[in-house]
Amino acid sequence: MSARLEIDRIETSYGATRVLKGVSLDVAPGEFVALLGSSGCGKTTLLRTIAGFLSADAGEIRVGGRDISGEPPDRRGMAMVFQSYALWPHMTVAQNVGYGLRLKKWDRARIDARVNEILAMLKLDGFGHRNVTQLSGGQRQRVALGRALAVEPQVLLLDEPLSNLDARIREDVRHEIKALQKSLGITAIHVTHDREEAMVMADRIVILDAGQIAQVGPPETIYNAPNSPFVAAFMGATNVVRIEAERSGEAIVVAPGAGNRPARLARPGPQGFARGKLVAHFRSEAAELADAGADFADSLMLPGRIVQAAYPGGVWRYSVAVGESQFLVDAPEKRALGDAVAVRVPADALHLYQAGAS
Amino acid sequence: MSAALRWPLRAVLLGLAVFVIFGPLANLLIWSVAEAWFWPNKLPSQWGFRFWEVVFRPTGRAMESLWLSVWIALLTTAASLALSIPAGYALARGRLPWRPVVLLLFLMPQAFPSLPVYINIAQIFFAFDLNGTVPGVVLVHTVHGLVYSVWIATAAFAAIEPELEQAARNMGAGAPRTFFEVTLPLAAPGLVASAIFVFLESLDEFTGSFFVGAPEVRTLPLLLYNAAAGGNIQIASISALILLVPSVAFMLLVERFLKGEVMAKLGR
Repeated sequence: MSARLEIDRIETSYGATRVLKGVSLDVAPGEFVALLGSSGCGKTTLLRTIAGFLSADAGEIRVGGRDISGEPPDRRGMAMVFQSYALWPHMTVAQNVGYGLRLKKWDRARIDARVNEILAMLKLDGFGHRNVTQLSGGQRQRVALGRALAVEPQVLLLDEPLSNLDARIREDVRHEIKALQKSLGITAIHVTHDREEAMVMADRIVILDAGQIAQVGPPETIYNAPNSPFVAAFMGATNVVRIEAERSGEAIVVAPGAGNRPARLARPGPQGFARGKLVAHFRSEAAELADAGADFADSLMLPGRIVQAAYPGGVWRYSVAVGESQFLVDAPEKRALGDAVAVRVPADALHLYQAGAS
Repeated sequence: MSAALRWPLRAVLLGLAVFVIFGPLANLLIWSVAEAWFWPNKLPSQWGFRFWEVVFRPTGRAMESLWLSVWIALLTTAASLALSIPAGYALARGRLPWRPVVLLLFLMPQAFPSLPVYINIAQIFFAFDLNGTVPGVVLVHTVHGLVYSVWIATAAFAAIEPELEQAARNMGAGAPRTFFEVTLPLAAPGLVASAIFVFLESLDEFTGSFFVGAPEVRTLPLLLYNAAAGGNIQIASISALILLVPSVAFMLLVERFLKGEVMAKLGR
């Protein structure tokens, strides 16, 4: 039942504001794609445009090769799980799950059988006659999922379906949804603002920024090789240091700056880079704390002072003041506030971008 | 205030409230079973159900008026629902720029003193031969009832999350089917409440019925007025008591149906 979903230069507006500025995406049959971005980036708009609740100003959406951009929502072969679940309070669990099948004019016995099968699959056996208002958040979420899966949609759309769940249940449901999607082989588009959720669930992640795709790729590529400072920061590399550098063969030589010592990094830097200013992003867990005087090869060293310390569990998280800026660094050892230290960032933990290029 | 004083005061206030509400009702009740009651007697000198029998006599005009009133109220309710369901849905869902103005427009018939309004209506209806006809009275009652039915219907539809409808569209239901299977059932409590209001308003309505309907269309309130004006206090009392029954019954129903959250949407 799963189908290829092609999104071709889609543009969508809310009133006079253009929210999607030409988004193209090709989703293979059975693939799980996460649309990731901060609020207002257009991810929900894209999902609603695919579902047909918003109409695109330009572009095409094709399912299995058929252009559906002009079709009303009820003729798109999609099933959506809403953030609010949108279960009908005047129907029982079984009626909610079976509604799509009733619309397909299945007979009663066949609907009942299918509904029971779905409820069993979602561990909701015996809940069929309950009123949906009597269910817990996690149960409602599963009913909403069951309603969408019952019709065997060509494309499953998930609109932040986990954001209303407790953190503990969320972990389980992530894996349940992923496993179900894989075993049923449904093409799925999942909207989320939760980086970890996208990483864990998706085959491919699409990062949206201001109505455009910033980067598309498998989770490990997005995480390890973000293609822009925006994606780097969004994927957790929030420490930013500006450096002056010059290329020297396959390495770059970093000049001493306001915060950093001179260094030689054994990597070529961004493509086409010869000399000039660079923006370097790194994650707090990818850096280390060294003693103030220590020096390491192939690392950027940022001497500073500890101004804040917290213990989130596992490691200590220090805030280190280096010149004008502050960096967050994780370290296993306990250090005192005010200690003079050097933040060591290994060359391969740095995401380097030419300054000025966004 | 000391506790010793508080209880007697409460008892007095409570007694006063009971007297204000139930005093006139008791008076009606007594009059309805009084076959002879002359001044300066404190109570009737002759009790009996003779006038009840007169009212409920199959050939009696009172029963005829009651059924006519109920029939007009039912037609009025149907007419105002037929208007307020589409109007309320459009006002709740559509992004109408003039929404507050339209809502106020339905309030207009209530905003002006009813006598000049109904005298003018009667004149206009005269040109269309609607005076003294049931459709004419239904029309007047509908205009009067629209303010309730449109406002409440708007609130009832606005209280439904659009995602509930989108979910149905998404499952493959067309727009009409979504409306009848999701929107309408969810709005039903509010719509029933508005229907009850309109029904009761129509049942009670006097001024409009008087100018447009009388003397050909004689509703129960008109009969009551005639009886009272003619000094037939027993018939008037019994009519008033009959009118009271649906009012009380339906008000209890409305209280159950009309949830706070529906009313809260009126302000949106």
